[in-house]
Amino acid sequence: MATVKLNTPFDKKDIQNLKVGDTVYVTGKMFTARDECHLKMLELHKEGKDIPFKPGDMALFHCGPVVQKKDGEWRIVSAGPTTSIRMEIFEDEFLKTFKCRMIIGKGGMADKTLKALEEVGAVYVHYTGGAGALAAKAIKKVTDVYWLDKMGVPEAAWILDVYEFGPLTVTMDAHGNSLYNELGKEIQKNLEKIHREIEK
Amino acid sequence: MSPKDIEDQLVLAIRRAETQLPDDVVSALEKVYEIEEGSAKVQIEAILQNIKVSRETGAPMCQDTGIQTFFIEAGADFPYLGRLENIITDAVKRASSEVPLRPNTVNPFTGENPGNNVGKYVPYITWDIVKGEECTIHLMPKGGGSENMCALNMMSPGRGIKGLKRIVVDHIVGCEGKPCPPTVVGVGVGGGADLSLKLGKRSLLRDVGIRHPEPHIAELEEELLMLINESGVGPMGVGGKTTALDVHIEYAHRHPASFPIGIVVQCWADRRATVKIKSDGTVEVI
Repeated sequence: MATVKLNTPFDKKDIQNLKVGDTVYVTGKMFTARDECHLKMLELHKEGKDIPFKPGDMALFHCGPVVQKKDGEWRIVSAGPTTSIRMEIFEDEFLKTFKCRMIIGKGGMADKTLKALEEVGAVYVHYTGGAGALAAKAIKKVTDVYWLDKMGVPEAAWILDVYEFGPLTVTMDAHGNSLYNELGKEIQKNLEKIHREIEK
Repeated sequence: MSPKDIEDQLVLAIRRAETQLPDDVVSALEKVYEIEEGSAKVQIEAILQNIKVSRETGAPMCQDTGIQTFFIEAGADFPYLGRLENIITDAVKRASSEVPLRPNTVNPFTGENPGNNVGKYVPYITWDIVKGEECTIHLMPKGGGSENMCALNMMSPGRGIKGLKRIVVDHIVGCEGKPCPPTVVGVGVGGGADLSLKLGKRSLLRDVGIRHPEPHIAELEEELLMLINESGVGPMGVGGKTTALDVHIEYAHRHPASFPIGIVVQCWADRRATVKIKSDGTVEVI
């Protein structure tokens, strides 16, 4: 289990070298996107309209932050990850469309996304849920925000400059491996044992 | 004491709950750090670092600052009884911009978000009227990720305590990493569908490590905790020894035909604060 520091835009090879269990720290640019933002970006793409930033050059962060405006500038106060599985319904299409190489979220995603990660050459990394203050410390600047008026603070796309954002744990790699699938089998076995203990 | 004093202390209590995790939770997490390894340890290390940063910088420890949930034990002769709900609402509005809190109240039908964490039935208040002139206000900011993992099971009474164990364990293990484990699990038993869930939530006011006063319930809490932690789900669902920090049970008598089990899940950020208003007029956050 290696510890790796990566900069955006990510090199496809660096991403493909990552293995489940590796720890990653990211420096560079990321954008936040939750349910609404995913839908919005896919809709714009379908209509043939431009996305006002380059999602493929950034890490995609499943997050709805707490923000504050001070002296005319946005500041991120707290920004932990949101539950990623909600995005499973369209994440494969999103990855294939925008070629993001890294998803940062919590709780993991399922088989459709895992397949898309392999196809695109991308990874899913898990960030500790609720570690919002720690995340905010690694976010150096808000460079832009899109669709804030229509979608509100949590759902808007916040474009962030980050420095050594992490620790991020690779839980789904670019080769079809998922910690969640492996662990799921182990948990099932443990659960059967627990059931026997209860019935004793 | 004036309504303004109470409001000030409530704003302070919200700030404290959002930025300073109670000592009982922190020391439980520190013990978890000692026993976990690999990716699980990385998760707990990030949590402990995050708690420290939040305490030092005053930034909410989690971006989901929750729904502001209050449990009140109000004396029947407490002089501000009739005004307290408005005072609490004003305190939540103020805390929303001062702490700040994420705007977390959304109209389910129109999507409208007033931006100040106030809305229909929110802040959410449970009242208990007790004797006397004092008032104790417990605050619990409750996040959405863990709330989404709450469940009600109207168990067939014939399944008995074994059935209860199985339902609780299966549910919590099935949640995997979604409620941000290690969690604190509140189990409300009996009463009826609504009361069981209410009891489950109220049980979360109890400190981590404090057992139910009735020995056989205390024993059941310990057994459920052990069984849940045998699952291997681990911190944040990455695999490990600690899936829950504690299990708390509260119960009410049940209808002979019903055995309601209300399971309420709280994330590792088991945020709480209490405001005590004494009969001599002093107001303080404890």
